Amino acid sequence: MAGSNPNAKPMNLTLKVWRQKNRNTNGQIVDYQVRDISPDMSFLEMLDVLNEDLLRKGDEPVAFDHDCREGICGSCNLFINGRAHGPEAGTTTCQLHMRKFSDGDTITIEPWRANAFPVNKDLSVDRSAFDRIIQAGGYVSVNTGGAPDGNEIPIPKEIADRAFEAATCIACGACVASCKNSSAMLFVSAKVSQLALLPQGNVERKTRVENMVAQMDKEGFGACSNIGSCAAECPVGISLENIAILNREFLSAKATSNNLA
Amino acid sequence: MSWINNTLSSSIGRKIIMAITGLFLCSFLVVHLIGNFQLFKGDGGLAFNTYSHFMSTNPMIRVAEIILVAGFAFHIYEAVVLTRRNQAARGNQKYVVSHIEQNSDWKSRNMGILGSVILVFLIVHLYNFYYRYHYEPLPFDSQNNKNLYAVVMTSFQTWWYVALYVLAQIALCYHLLHGFASGFQTLGLNHRKYTPVIKAVGYAFSIIVCAGFAAMPLYFFIFKS
Repeated sequence: MAGSNPNAKPMNLTLKVWRQKNRNTNGQIVDYQVRDISPDMSFLEMLDVLNEDLLRKGDEPVAFDHDCREGICGSCNLFINGRAHGPEAGTTTCQLHMRKFSDGDTITIEPWRANAFPVNKDLSVDRSAFDRIIQAGGYVSVNTGGAPDGNEIPIPKEIADRAFEAATCIACGACVASCKNSSAMLFVSAKVSQLALLPQGNVERKTRVENMVAQMDKEGFGACSNIGSCAAECPVGISLENIAILNREFLSAKATSNNLA
Repeated sequence: MSWINNTLSSSIGRKIIMAITGLFLCSFLVVHLIGNFQLFKGDGGLAFNTYSHFMSTNPMIRVAEIILVAGFAFHIYEAVVLTRRNQAARGNQKYVVSHIEQNSDWKSRNMGILGSVILVFLIVHLYNFYYRYHYEPLPFDSQNNKNLYAVVMTSFQTWWYVALYVLAQIALCYHLLHGFASGFQTLGLNHRKYTPVIKAVGYAFSIIVCAGFAAMPLYFFIFKS
């Protein structure tokens, strides 16, 4: 394997994997053994090995979500050994490498658990609740026509940086998964504060936060208790400051918008 | 007026009620603590009994009392509603393995348990002092005020009573260690200049207030029995 460490010894692991046929059935933990896992493999590659074994035996492979496998799409979402995206901070599951584990380890793998994220199958959950929250207000209005000049609207560097930090949210759902209240407030706050900080977001500023919070509540996510699990587990380091921004955006919108509902 | 109802029943609205009532109750703790420090005056309770008489008869204080009761009522009611909603949000299937202790504090995850301990204490506390002061015949001191100081002294000479008080103050301390700063965060008051100050003040506040309250039963138990 190119770039692999020749001294790394292959590992044998016991996996305890959540298996669930569909969202209408109950799931359970099933034990599997995987052998000769290279420490250079990513966690998802290790699961690929498991699935190849299962296919060879004629068993159903384990369903899990993944797409870019480079930490930017937010698709891979596994609850590994009791932590969202596993033991390493600031990492998505696809960027977690097997060198973080040791030979003989037992690894428990579960899907995100939240009422608003029903399990599709095994480790794959339906996160379309996030899509509906974005549809409720996570957008800006722009004029059609020629492309505007890049520096037409001056934005202070510090504001641009803070908005960019919030914009790095990949909507993986680790905040919901790790929160004891299954609250989506870190996600919603990242989206709201990103657009609230920038002049482009001003047109829908009040309706955005009102509609996104209403949709968040409708989807059945819990409320924030300022525990901080979300920010600790967030693979891109979205900070709790965003939740404070969300709260004051919400409060000022509710107090001043023309929306009587 | 449905917008007010919708605002206050939203997840953020309920948290804001929790924060406002919680910080209001913190202000009550300061008043209560300063007033009760008169127990240490060493005048046989005359100043404390005068203060108790004022607090239970002054009409302004009686109005404040109603606001205080409302503060407790809303804080507890919203806590119950939010806890139920938050538990439902997880769904029926909990994690088989969860290591939430690796990413958060015990105290911030157990505000409901800590609050329940405080509530039990509050009921005992209100019966023993408030109810008895208002509705039971008490002896009078030399200035013809009801001698609440004598009730305090006898109560705090009972070991299990002292133990309950100290335990409740420990619970209150942990509740405040999370709650004080959390209240500001919920109100949106998070700023890189002020948040470190709020956190430090919250820590000092929690420890000083709870140590102050716990000192009262311990003082009577150790030095007056």
